[in-house]
Amino acid sequence: MTLIPEFNFSKVFLEPWSTSTLINWNGQIMLMGFMVCWTCGIVGSFIVIRRMALMGDAISHGILPGLAIAFIISGSMGLGSMFFGACIAGLACNFSIEWLHTHTKLKEDAAMGLVFTSFFAFGVTLISMNSHLHIDPGCLLYGEIGLVPLSEKWKVFGFEMGNRSLWTIGLVFCGVVIGTIFFYGPLVVTSFDSTLAKSMGIPVKATHMSLMLALALSTVASLEAVGVILVVAMFVFPPVTAAFFLQRLPTILIGTFPLGIIYTWGGFHLAYWLDCSIAAAIAVVATLLFIPACLLGPNGGILWRLKFKT
Amino acid sequence: MKAKPIEIHDLTVSFQKKPVLYGVDLEVEEGSLVGIIGPNGAGKSTLIKTIMNMITPNGGYVKIFGGNQKNGIKRIGYVPQRESVDWDFPVTVMDVILMGRYAHTRWFRKIGKSDRQVAQACLEQVDMTAFADRQIGNLSGGQQQRVFLARALAQDSSIYLMDEPFAGVDAVTEKTIISILKNMKKEGKTVVIVHHDLATAKEYFDHLLLLNMRKVAYGPINQVFTHELLQKTYGGKLTVFSEIASRAAKQPEIENKMQRSEN
Ligand SMILES: Nc1ncnc2c1ncn2[C@@H]1O[C@H](COP(=O)(O)OP(=O)(O)OP(=O)(O)O)[C@@H](O)[C@H]1O
Ligand SMILES: [Mg+2]
Repeated sequence: MTLIPEFNFSKVFLEPWSTSTLINWNGQIMLMGFMVCWTCGIVGSFIVIRRMALMGDAISHGILPGLAIAFIISGSMGLGSMFFGACIAGLACNFSIEWLHTHTKLKEDAAMGLVFTSFFAFGVTLISMNSHLHIDPGCLLYGEIGLVPLSEKWKVFGFEMGNRSLWTIGLVFCGVVIGTIFFYGPLVVTSFDSTLAKSMGIPVKATHMSLMLALALSTVASLEAVGVILVVAMFVFPPVTAAFFLQRLPTILIGTFPLGIIYTWGGFHLAYWLDCSIAAAIAVVATLLFIPACLLGPNGGILWRLKFKT
Repeated sequence: MKAKPIEIHDLTVSFQKKPVLYGVDLEVEEGSLVGIIGPNGAGKSTLIKTIMNMITPNGGYVKIFGGNQKNGIKRIGYVPQRESVDWDFPVTVMDVILMGRYAHTRWFRKIGKSDRQVAQACLEQVDMTAFADRQIGNLSGGQQQRVFLARALAQDSSIYLMDEPFAGVDAVTEKTIISILKNMKKEGKTVVIVHHDLATAKEYFDHLLLLNMRKVAYGPINQVFTHELLQKTYGGKLTVFSEIASRAAKQPEIENKMQRSEN
């Protein structure tokens, strides 16, 4: 038995697109992947420049009990209750962290580590206690993007709108893009210099809260497809990789689009070749791209720095 | 009677029950160039931050132009200590200066052409035009300080608060900054600066606040910059400083400059 299946170009790159059924099926997977990468990439850019990468980790895990309680109470996986539960839990997570580090001697990182693991554990416990919910805890970790085309149809007033997962992430993606365009100024100023923002009457707290909500929403919309691990990866990889090549935030934000396409496209075919989880393969591709960026990137890459030192 | 730009009454600030500022009263006249002087840990930065409403005092109040502090700080341009900002932030020099213009735009409104022109003019004033498209992390300390100053200029505020703008800058930059400050004063702006170098204080400011947890003295520079009051401010703590201080206070300005080059 060989560890790595033989690489066959036409099998890996052409076969998934050979019939119209396959194109339809795999196209939905790709579309899902793009939108997850873009949504998380944009939200993540702001999280990373605020030095809150770990907060992305915390909130994306912390929403789980909210989801579980929403499922248990409503007995279904309605979009509304899911978003509502996630937002409440996300905010609760955020406030617990803030409370712990302002009212006790805990530092912020310790408070985060404490809060998000306990929230996550609580959520997993709730889910596994209620096995009738049909949520697979493993799926929460690494998702199942390959099954996105099977997702139920979304109905609005009896009209069938199409694949619900795609609609969900699509709506969140649009919301994030519109929010970024309208509130770009406040977002940047509060991130760079909150005192300046405050003195100009920009609501610093509200901006922070909106960002946390965007984080919670993009996590919910991405969760069933890619799981928590890839959500966190997609918050961090695109902005960090792009920052090795680009110096300004607007270009970094735009850079997440081609990166999202490369990640998804590469990950999809890598998974097809190796027959592994697509979500995991996407994260692997993101890592494979990060390494050369970190070495060769003109903006602080390791080799460039060596060159200037000597 | 016209309202004073900054009016502080019986201000007390403490961290974990330890008082840092105690019963500070202050009234700054419009159009004055005020230096704040005091030893490390005297509460200078704390005072500035409290005026900027970043710290809530335990007692007393701050009024800006006779009115409420929260609205008042919109009229203040604040130049923080350089270390308080993340210099790896992915913005260019121009972007940072344009941030100063958000005070003049409404929600949803974007930075416009006129804002860019103002920003460009501010860059020119601090001699940084050539660096407009540099990422801020790739600047020297003095250049970073100039960028902050240009941003404050772009805000076009009535009051400016600056925390150690001369820290770690060379003589040329210091000259540039001080000439800009004098210009601001000429335009009737009120400028308050935390300063460390006693030897230049007399030359730069027209009013002086001596601070060491309490207000030691405040007034026109020739009344306050005296050997006795400086001694009182620095206590016995900083003998090196007090030596310079006493000489600086006694001697005429030409010799002050000579001492500065010795330091
Ligand atoms: N966030 C804080 N928490 C607790 N104590 C603080 C905090 N900020 C300042 N202090 C304390 O308050 C005192 C005054 O600090 P402040 O920064 O105002 O001094 P400063 O006059 O600006 O000194 P320097 O010349 O070193 O800048 C110091 O003793 C400091 O330890
Ligand atoms: Mg200070």
